[in-house]
Amino acid sequence: MSDHAKPLGGRICTPTFLICLLVVGIALYFAGKRFLYGIGSVTNMNDGFPWGLWIAYDVVVGTAFACGGYVMALMVYILNRGEFHPLVRPALLASMFGYTLAGISVFLDIGRYLNVYNLYLPWQMNFHSVMFEVAMCIGTYIFVLWLEFTPAFVERWQLKNFEKRLNRVIFALIALGVLLPTMHQSSLGTMMLMAGYKLSPLWHTSTLPLLFLLTALFMGFAMVVFEATISSRVYRLGDETSILAQIGRIMSWILAIYLLIRFQNIFMRGEMGTAFSGSFLGNMFLLENLMLLIGLFLLASARYRTNPRLLFIAALAVLIGGSLFRFNTYIIGFDPGTGWKYFPSVGEQMITYGLIAFEIAAYTLFVKVFPVFSASHAADANQ
Amino acid sequence: MKQKNFNRIQPRLGGVSRRDFMKFCSGIAASMAVPAALVPDIAQAVTSPQRPPVIWLHGSECTGCSMSLLRSEHPSLEKLIFELISLDFHETVSAGAGHQAEAALHHAIEENYGKFILVIEGAIPLRDGGIYCQVGGKNFVDTVREIGPKAGAIIAVGSCASWGGVAAMDPNPTQCVGVQQVLGDSQVVSIPGCPPNPYNLLSTIIHFLTFNKMPALDGKNRPKFAYGRLIHEHCERRPHFDNGRFARQFGDEGHRQGYCLYYLGCKGPVTYANCSTSQFGDAGSGCWPVATGHPCFGCAQEGVGFHLPQFSTSPVLHATPAASHAPITVERGQGASPGSAALMAGLGGAALGAGAVFTAKLGSKGTDHEDEKA
Repeated sequence: MSDHAKPLGGRICTPTFLICLLVVGIALYFAGKRFLYGIGSVTNMNDGFPWGLWIAYDVVVGTAFACGGYVMALMVYILNRGEFHPLVRPALLASMFGYTLAGISVFLDIGRYLNVYNLYLPWQMNFHSVMFEVAMCIGTYIFVLWLEFTPAFVERWQLKNFEKRLNRVIFALIALGVLLPTMHQSSLGTMMLMAGYKLSPLWHTSTLPLLFLLTALFMGFAMVVFEATISSRVYRLGDETSILAQIGRIMSWILAIYLLIRFQNIFMRGEMGTAFSGSFLGNMFLLENLMLLIGLFLLASARYRTNPRLLFIAALAVLIGGSLFRFNTYIIGFDPGTGWKYFPSVGEQMITYGLIAFEIAAYTLFVKVFPVFSASHAADANQ
Repeated sequence: MKQKNFNRIQPRLGGVSRRDFMKFCSGIAASMAVPAALVPDIAQAVTSPQRPPVIWLHGSECTGCSMSLLRSEHPSLEKLIFELISLDFHETVSAGAGHQAEAALHHAIEENYGKFILVIEGAIPLRDGGIYCQVGGKNFVDTVREIGPKAGAIIAVGSCASWGGVAAMDPNPTQCVGVQQVLGDSQVVSIPGCPPNPYNLLSTIIHFLTFNKMPALDGKNRPKFAYGRLIHEHCERRPHFDNGRFARQFGDEGHRQGYCLYYLGCKGPVTYANCSTSQFGDAGSGCWPVATGHPCFGCAQEGVGFHLPQFSTSPVLHATPAASHAPITVERGQGASPGSAALMAGLGGAALGAGAVFTAKLGSKGTDHEDEKA
């Protein structure tokens, strides 16, 4: 990976770090309660809504946020766009934590969590199950991400022999790191395809797998822009707008293709009337796509996307729009039958906030201890 | 089976029609859960002139197992049973007696050395050298030790032969044991029950005749097709158990309503047998103990039948679904509470605000001028 990356150093126990640890502590309390007294003692999940905030946010939205590593590896190593190389390692770091926490979240969410090892026993595998595919892919991808990030550990601790061995196999890891998200991000769509009539027709379509794959792509790019903008300001890395604007341009193409498919699909199925019916779900559909359209509008123009503020707003709008699409598909647009309702309880929310806080705290810790940000690219971008 | 082949064996079967015969073979296949396509193989095996004979010995017991085979409700089934399995020797139904019968036994053993199926009914007393059960002046334990190693397969029918049964009940004055304990080295297939369903025995024998091996066995050498599941698992009163409707006394309202007999001491939850699916003793539908309103007393389970008090409750081995009352109406989830809504709205607002502040600080030109520090 980058030869110029170096640890940022500096004080670790900043106020942000301590606040994050406090939130993590509260989440740990609720996690302990969940393990001791069961899911019902902490969450509002029920037989109608067996998937709540933990699956919808931590897994479905969270892994899309964590697709930065996926799209950057795809750009740099598969499409050979070497100019984005400085962005790979920060993106991988965020992905690594995003996916690891998604895995932890699934562990919290499984009723009989001690049975989770059965996933890896070949004679227990059901190869016809989409959920198995998702679980296996995510489970494997967590390991692959940690291995993809290993060069940073290697550089930090000067593991020369290990580095040689790692360099021989890292191409296979990177290939897996691109293959696995392609598989499970589309399968996340397939899972709700099986919900059938329980899912509102605004979201239930046979193109759901494709839509989920495309949202993963542009949300991954948006996350790279979002996170690079914040860290470049917070850590004074210098301006990266020129390189981020190029990502914005790629994103605008994916967004355009996505919106084309999305609206063509709604028109084709005759559901445009539902979208504009003024109902809650119709408005959610409009809001979701409005956010994406704002993103597309800002990113499509070279003048707007080279403006750091507008680029950041565009990335935010795309992240919100993509998350809304996934929330709508998994919870908001899902109606399991008369009378069922769901809203995440305080404990449930606190665990999710704790995971986010952990991610932020771990990220700030890692960039200070391990070589993640490349010093030279900040200098290059400054020119 | 072709009519021609059937004609060959029909004289042996008396008034049994080909149709009844094939129905019997299908029933056997079904009770062993083997595919229907194997029914012709079964018919072929049980009518083959070369099929190994069955030699049936009696120990300390009541002949109830034999009786349950004889008193089946199907027309002429006893004919089918005894002809089909080629029962060469059976002490209680043989016409001969005394030395004549003993001679027939030894003749049959020598003729079929290493091939015959030995069925043993009844426990084997060991105390004082085994003198408490003698046939033809010979201790039964010695007879079993002598004949057992010569058999092609050994089946212990009934609870007595399986582990001692009623004969081994405390304080067990004659020190009765099951066949396996006497013939330690040989495999003794066990068909417990007091008496067991005759089909469990017939199916096991016919499986051996058809496939030349015993059916799949569990850790106690019981055929899995018959003893793989608890009576409780498929009990017709199981829904009452799951919903918490119990008879508390004989003759009370719950008992008259046909509720679960668990609190009357039913041992179905700890007894492995197929009584709840195949009925008990082939006595016909609705005639097994639980259906008649009496709790199962676990006759087929070692350590339960003749051991636990008949009307005391048993532990529930597999309490799934929950042994507690399953709700019929469930609460359909909770909406937003003030706390949860405030938390989400508050943090969402804070995140939006932070985003807005950060955005405002971002210049429209690429410069770095921030004072935030994470």
